[in-house]
Amino acid sequence: MSMPFYVSPEQVMKDKADYARKRISQIRSGVVMTCEAGILLVAPNPSRALRKFSEMYDRIAFAAVGRYNEFETLRKAGVRYADMTGFTYDRRDVTARGLADWYGQLLGSLFTDSPKPYEVEIVVAEVGKTTADDEIYRITFEGSVADEHGFVVVGGQADRVADVLKEQYSPSMTLIEAMRLAIASLAGQGDGNSEPITSGQLEVALLERSRPHRAFRRLTGARLDTLLAEARPAAAGATAAANGSSGGPAAGADADGGGAAPETPTGGSANGDSAAGGSPDGGSPDDGSSGGGSAADGGDGSGA
Amino acid sequence: MTGRMFAVGGFEPQARWQAAAFLAPGSSSFADFLAVAAPDLLPRAAHPAGAGSAGPGGVPAAAPGGPADIAHGTTIAAAVCADGVVMAGDRRATAGNVISQRDIEKVFRGDEFSCVGIAGVAGIGVDLVRLFGVELEHYEKLEGRSLSLEGKANRLAGLVKSNLGAAMQGLVAVPLLAGYDVDTDQGRIFSFDVAGGKYEEQRFASIGSGSVFARGALKKLYRDGMSLDDVVLALMEALYDAADDDSATGGPDMSRRIYPIVATVTADGYNRLTDEAAGRYAETVVTERMRLPDGPPAPLHPAAS
Repeated sequence: MSMPFYVSPEQVMKDKADYARKRISQIRSGVVMTCEAGILLVAPNPSRALRKFSEMYDRIAFAAVGRYNEFETLRKAGVRYADMTGFTYDRRDVTARGLADWYGQLLGSLFTDSPKPYEVEIVVAEVGKTTADDEIYRITFEGSVADEHGFVVVGGQADRVADVLKEQYSPSMTLIEAMRLAIASLAGQGDGNSEPITSGQLEVALLERSRPHRAFRRLTGARLDTLLAEARPAAAGATAAANGSSGGPAAGADADGGGAAPETPTGGSANGDSAAGGSPDGGSPDDGSSGGGSAADGGDGSGA
Repeated sequence: MTGRMFAVGGFEPQARWQAAAFLAPGSSSFADFLAVAAPDLLPRAAHPAGAGSAGPGGVPAAAPGGPADIAHGTTIAAAVCADGVVMAGDRRATAGNVISQRDIEKVFRGDEFSCVGIAGVAGIGVDLVRLFGVELEHYEKLEGRSLSLEGKANRLAGLVKSNLGAAMQGLVAVPLLAGYDVDTDQGRIFSFDVAGGKYEEQRFASIGSGSVFARGALKKLYRDGMSLDDVVLALMEALYDAADDDSATGGPDMSRRIYPIVATVTADGYNRLTDEAAGRYAETVVTERMRLPDGPPAPLHPAAS
């Protein structure tokens, strides 16, 4: 029996926090924001099967970035907690606040007790009757809970993405405006290489305010293409005065809802990115490398 | 996670919910999860350990048919139509010879593509349906897809079976499941017995004390490929006949405007008819019975029809 080295609690906690922080800083960011239609969730995610967003309860959604297996464990735990609470009491007694508190305590315990902290950042959002009633909570790897107003960004590039959002965000935005802003803010991360955002690279979900009972809805396929097509042309015009730079070939959307895009030129090239910084096309590179298993991490540039 | 058990929560009831159970890998069944994490939340009879204490499991054996002072639900009928399936249930609950409730609801939404009706001890049946509803939604959220209709029926059979102990003591409740099978694009009906037997029914089915009369009526009224509208009317006639001959089944209550609950499940999902809509069908039937008290006669010689 050899004597273990003594390590001070301060050092243990600091090491764990540094480890988690470093891993999370390598993750691509996602956005959760309140708008007129409900709460919109957008994140880069090339996988069609491994999700970052999911339904938690009637009006509550879960969003996470980080290690897939870890946040999936947390997601399932949350669904179990929510269903159990609703079954014990009533459906109305399941609240985002209760869930966020529970997650905070859970992650707090896990951070203290386990040798390796969870490399995750999660959001619990509940859509209300009006935008003022919406609740968004952000819970970090060590269990701290923050009550966010309007929008929240999680992941490695959170500050950069939030800077774009702060300037333009307003809770009265329509779904299309919110989507436009989300794309513009998310495109700012990465190395500045231009990348047209297509529906295949995004995971989008909506807690729809007007929908009765279960509000969570995934936006995929043709619906997402249409929404992106509506959000895109004006996005180029909004972020810069660039004129002919409509974003891309409309992502194959045969826009049947196409009121918003009559002026779209025949943009054969994927990006007409003449604008600076916040242009919708300035996305991060190598989406191709991050397919398959590592959807959660976005896979780009992480050395570990 | 080996053996670590730490409680999360304050002094609320949840405090005893151990976090390890929530984080453990497991099946996508809510009932299975409850059996591990909080067995006391399951219907009492579902876990034998609790059967000794007071509660349904501890009720002394009673005559078949159940203790007289507990509310019983009665007749449910369902039939397949061209677009899917329809289920209807009367509104009466009886406790012995007393009508304990006039407007009880015994037909429920299971999930988007199924509905469940219950007959027998109302308390157990309602509990069963509530658990079944959470079970379906729980699976859907965890797995990202819905159970197949066959899967739903098997799951419901399992839940019914877990009540076997109480059923043997007279607290019998059985469900009837009707759903739209999105894989084959058709309505299907499953009935169950207390032992957990699952039986797929062809065309139409009924359960409860008035079920024999309802089935007799449907035999004469049902035709293959009937429209949804006609099937609703046929079920309304069948429930009227059940109420006509079974004292525990309630007919349409025209003075209080209490009508049978009618639910349809089609490719568009679950839909419960509004009271006004169900009332129109009920009025049609009642008005017609003023002229023909026994309802529409079926042709004796098929060729003549």
